[in-house]
Amino acid sequence: MKGRVLVPGSAFGPLLRLRHAISFWGGVDPKTGRVCDPRHPDHGVCITGAILALPAAIGSSSSSAVMLELIREERAPAGLIMGTADAIVALGVLVAGELGLPTLPVLEVAWAAVEDLPEGEIDIAEDGTIQRMAER
Amino acid sequence: MPGGGLAPTFPRMSVHLTPDERAHLDGGRGEAAAMAMRLVVAAAEMMGAARLVEIESAHIDGCLYHGDGGVLFAEALVAGDGRVAVPTTLNVGALDLLHPERIRGDAHHGEMARRQMDAYLKLGCAPTWTCAPYQAGHRPGPGEQVAWGESNAVAFANSVLGARTERYGDFLDACCALTGRAPLHGLHLDENRRATMLVDARQVPTSLMSRDVFYPVLGTWLGLQVGREVCVIDGLPADVTEDQLKALGAAAASTGAVALFHVAGVTPEAPSVEAALHGAEPRARVPVTSSGLRGSLDRLSTTDAEGVDAVAVGSPHFSDAEFAALEAALAGRRVSLPFYACTGRDVFARLEASGAATRLRDAGVDVVVDTCVVVTPILPARGGVLMTCSGKFAHYGPANTGYDVVYGSLEDCVESAVAGAVRRDEAVWSW
Repeated sequence: MKGRVLVPGSAFGPLLRLRHAISFWGGVDPKTGRVCDPRHPDHGVCITGAILALPAAIGSSSSSAVMLELIREERAPAGLIMGTADAIVALGVLVAGELGLPTLPVLEVAWAAVEDLPEGEIDIAEDGTIQRMAER
Repeated sequence: MPGGGLAPTFPRMSVHLTPDERAHLDGGRGEAAAMAMRLVVAAAEMMGAARLVEIESAHIDGCLYHGDGGVLFAEALVAGDGRVAVPTTLNVGALDLLHPERIRGDAHHGEMARRQMDAYLKLGCAPTWTCAPYQAGHRPGPGEQVAWGESNAVAFANSVLGARTERYGDFLDACCALTGRAPLHGLHLDENRRATMLVDARQVPTSLMSRDVFYPVLGTWLGLQVGREVCVIDGLPADVTEDQLKALGAAAASTGAVALFHVAGVTPEAPSVEAALHGAEPRARVPVTSSGLRGSLDRLSTTDAEGVDAVAVGSPHFSDAEFAALEAALAGRRVSLPFYACTGRDVFARLEASGAATRLRDAGVDVVVDTCVVVTPILPARGGVLMTCSGKFAHYGPANTGYDVVYGSLEDCVESAVAGAVRRDEAVWSW
């Protein structure tokens, strides 16, 4: 499977699919990497180091700032897959790059295809290819 | 300024740039303008924009402190001789500059929040410090291209004013302001402003729609229903107020990614349902039902406790009219709980001039200026239950403050604050 590259890069990690769209601001605690919105079905789950897949980003325009803080605090996901491209979250990653901090790949992939991905470790390549680690 | 770590691959330059835009990118307008243009072009690439659009104004949400990264970014723009290219207002910061003693944050928080706010002033932004810039004189006209951050302000600018902006996040809002450009995509373009969903509110009782308490609930429901789709709402009263639309948009932009909604017969691009649909059939028709509203009303509260520890109103920031309603509800009484009303300094200056600020203080109301209680540690540290009439506070309050929330009308909030226990008029919802 291949995603549309929003921010290039390679990464691997366990696939973590969120069950509902999320606002990073008010939804993810940048100090812990945990989903902190008590109304979110994945409340309490830690996104750090995961290949995080979300159907869509919603809510606050401060979500870019939260993504930048997750990177600064070393609590960021390893990679991000979005069902619908969202410039707000991806911008946080680009700004990290401008400030000389690590970045992470951000891809857009149709959500139906994301739902078909098997559980477990996955790998994102520079060109947006997504595959299971075992297939490498 | 640190070098762009992504420079070798970004921007990929599929975006058509004018000579002036290219000069920005090449550093001819200074380092800050170059970094800002790199990020604008990268965002344009991401969103599939073929070119950029000149903007008339910007509203920057990025002045709010969330951590040191935002300070580093803003100070990098200052160090690179950055200057906004268009009139630019500022959203809330993480300090009440008029009442600094209100903030509970530690010294580092205070210092960094201040540095971040100062950096944006050095870039030439206006010190409005409000999430309701449209009620502090920043009102772009219909069709005007702008770049706004702050989700509620985006929804208001597009929907109520008919200006054209996408949802710009922190950093990109500043980059657009510095370059005077935005990616030409999404809601900047006519065809994407067409409603594709028809929301039918004609069955909702007029008595309910006349109440302010209805609009955050409708907005909460709307955000969950439409996600990021543009809708037209049919059946709202023609005399729906600007503050009611503000509350509707703020709630919808919290539970969804709503950046534009049309209200038939009310908002500028919806003289009729058909006009908002651009004469086409909607993709979907969704009725507003009693059970749907009840579900959203219930969702706004996280506890059914009868005790309440504090009350907060003013998200988005309270307007003159909302303060008048607050004073009317107080009717000369004094509250027995911590009560916070958040607003911009523009409105606050008028409260001071009219004597309302003194009357509110005497009634036990703390008017919070330049910031709000959900983005800045102001509420008592002991936690507990927060009551609010704001859909946005109810949505973000639990995660950001640790408080449980109870949603009610402004009148409910005042009655509860006077009584020291939750008072809610449930009859209004008996539909």
